Amino acid sequence: MNKTINQKAWLFVLPVFLLVAFNAIIPLMTVVNYSVQETFGDNTFFWSGVLWFEEILTSERFHDSLGRQLMFTFSILAIEVPLGIAIALTMPRKGPFVPVCLVLMALPLLIPWNVVGAMWNIFALPDIGLLGYSLNALGFDYNFTRQPGDAWFTLILMDVWHWTSLVVLLSYAGLVSIPDAYYQAAKIDGAGSWSIFRHIQLPKMKRVLTIAVLLRFMDSFMIYTEASVLTGGGPGNSTTVLSIDLVKIALGQFDLGPAAAMSLIYFLIILALSWVFYTLMMRNEDS
Amino acid sequence: MTLELKQIAKTVDGSVHIHPTDLTLEPGSFNILLGTTLAGKTTLMQLMAGLDRPTDGSLHFNGKDVTGMRVQDRNVSMVYQQFINYPNFTVFENIASPLRVARRNEREIKERVGRMAELLKLTPMLDRRPSELSGGQQQRCAMARALVKSSDLVLLDEPLANLDFKLREELRDELPKLFADRDCVVVYATTEPTEALLLGGKTATMHEGCVTQFGPTGEIYRRPKDEISAKVFSEPPINTATIRKSGGTVDLGGVAQWATPAVLANRPDGDYRIGLRPHHVLPQSKGGATVRVQGKVLVTELSGSESTVHFTVGDETWVSLAHGIHSFDVGSTAELFADVSHAFYFGPDGGLIAE
Repeated sequence: MNKTINQKAWLFVLPVFLLVAFNAIIPLMTVVNYSVQETFGDNTFFWSGVLWFEEILTSERFHDSLGRQLMFTFSILAIEVPLGIAIALTMPRKGPFVPVCLVLMALPLLIPWNVVGAMWNIFALPDIGLLGYSLNALGFDYNFTRQPGDAWFTLILMDVWHWTSLVVLLSYAGLVSIPDAYYQAAKIDGAGSWSIFRHIQLPKMKRVLTIAVLLRFMDSFMIYTEASVLTGGGPGNSTTVLSIDLVKIALGQFDLGPAAAMSLIYFLIILALSWVFYTLMMRNEDS
Repeated sequence: MTLELKQIAKTVDGSVHIHPTDLTLEPGSFNILLGTTLAGKTTLMQLMAGLDRPTDGSLHFNGKDVTGMRVQDRNVSMVYQQFINYPNFTVFENIASPLRVARRNEREIKERVGRMAELLKLTPMLDRRPSELSGGQQQRCAMARALVKSSDLVLLDEPLANLDFKLREELRDELPKLFADRDCVVVYATTEPTEALLLGGKTATMHEGCVTQFGPTGEIYRRPKDEISAKVFSEPPINTATIRKSGGTVDLGGVAQWATPAVLANRPDGDYRIGLRPHHVLPQSKGGATVRVQGKVLVTELSGSESTVHFTVGDETWVSLAHGIHSFDVGSTAELFADVSHAFYFGPDGGLIAE
């Protein structure tokens, strides 16, 4: 057999290659480059090996913000996933209200992150905000700019308001794809609504739920804008999650080396945890 | 158990899905609902099961009115065209699920599931999940689940439609045997006349929400009550045309004439309808009481050893189904031979005219 050799094919790959190079590979390599060097300005760099990685991994500051990050992410997952499924289950499966519900559900998803942050900031202000004022009028001592607990409460409530819809829409898509015959068969078997949920709806929603959990996990692990607009990581450091800490190190203190090392560690954590999630949820899935 | 439908009707938003229907299904009987898609087979089954409430009429199990009774309390089971199993249960647990709901003890469950699996050849697959089975095995599993709980009424809604030809044949052979020693009422819906004939039992032909005829399958095939029932129970569709009787001859739209058959002898002159099954219209004369019919060929389909010729007779489209390869050019005029001794004659009201 004669093999045709045609080098022109490379030309077709070139645009994609350039695109990926400029928006992914080159920036990433720059970060890698910074993470292993020390600079005193003047554009002069010295090799520092894994020094910055050691420094970040052993720093208490990093441990604290990672802890806050994990707490935030798992809190919102623990609320948004069950709540999203519950709302999806109560939504009508057919009829004139379906589009109404879908549009209502999609609304929060259409609002830009910083607008959500600004909205909730004003909404929660104790003196003029509806939420803050009402809570205080009801006798709660609520002030998210001064009390860490209140800041956390507001941050989580805001995220739940903004993103539960995503879980709802994905679960709903999974639910409506279940043929009516399944429900009828279960009814004939005499199965109750809990068994129907546990043995029909949940298994049938598994794939879309996996995607919902993964998306919510990755997104919430990278949360920056809302937290930054709400309190800028405060009061004190109480809501300083990983990305806010990273920006403080990189742009506040201009410590390029540690910031680059932290970026890479941050990236690897998200990658590793996503993999763990995916593997766990797909463990019993048959190909 | 006897299942009795008394003037059962179903209307949804003003459109009639089931016209008032009377039907009595005897204990231990195998009943077939035969009709095209949208004829109302599934709706009627759902009414029988209690998954849907009739807008009118009543339903009786052994003489007891169960119209308002919930489906859970009725002891029915149903198998669907789609393969419905619990996705995260093993085959064993799937078959056992109705028994678990009924709170039977572990020993009895094991024994009954084992027997069912044996019967439906699922024993080697008991530990697998439905997604690891082939389509035929999935449907067997669904059937085992329906049969394990010894229901009074078993509904099978086109259970073989999604299976390939070979598996369909295999399961179709086994089906009547599965019910042979039970005294439950079995209702089986299908769109295929051939399937109905192979399964035997009794058949109810359905058309646009009406049960047009009900009786032993073979008898219904041989003596359709009216033109509609004959149409429902024929594949390819039965050939029909209007004929005019005048004295000793009948005339088919000027295309063919023959001597007035005995059944029409004592009837007044005028228009009647004729129904002739496709295998009684042949490309070659077999002698005897055949009548020449000339028509324009629309299309010829050759399927291995059989030929199906579609052609026009007057204003009607007729089909001829014959053994062997008979090829005609599209648009050519063909001469076909109709064996009118096997024809059905229908009166102006559509009813069969018999001696």
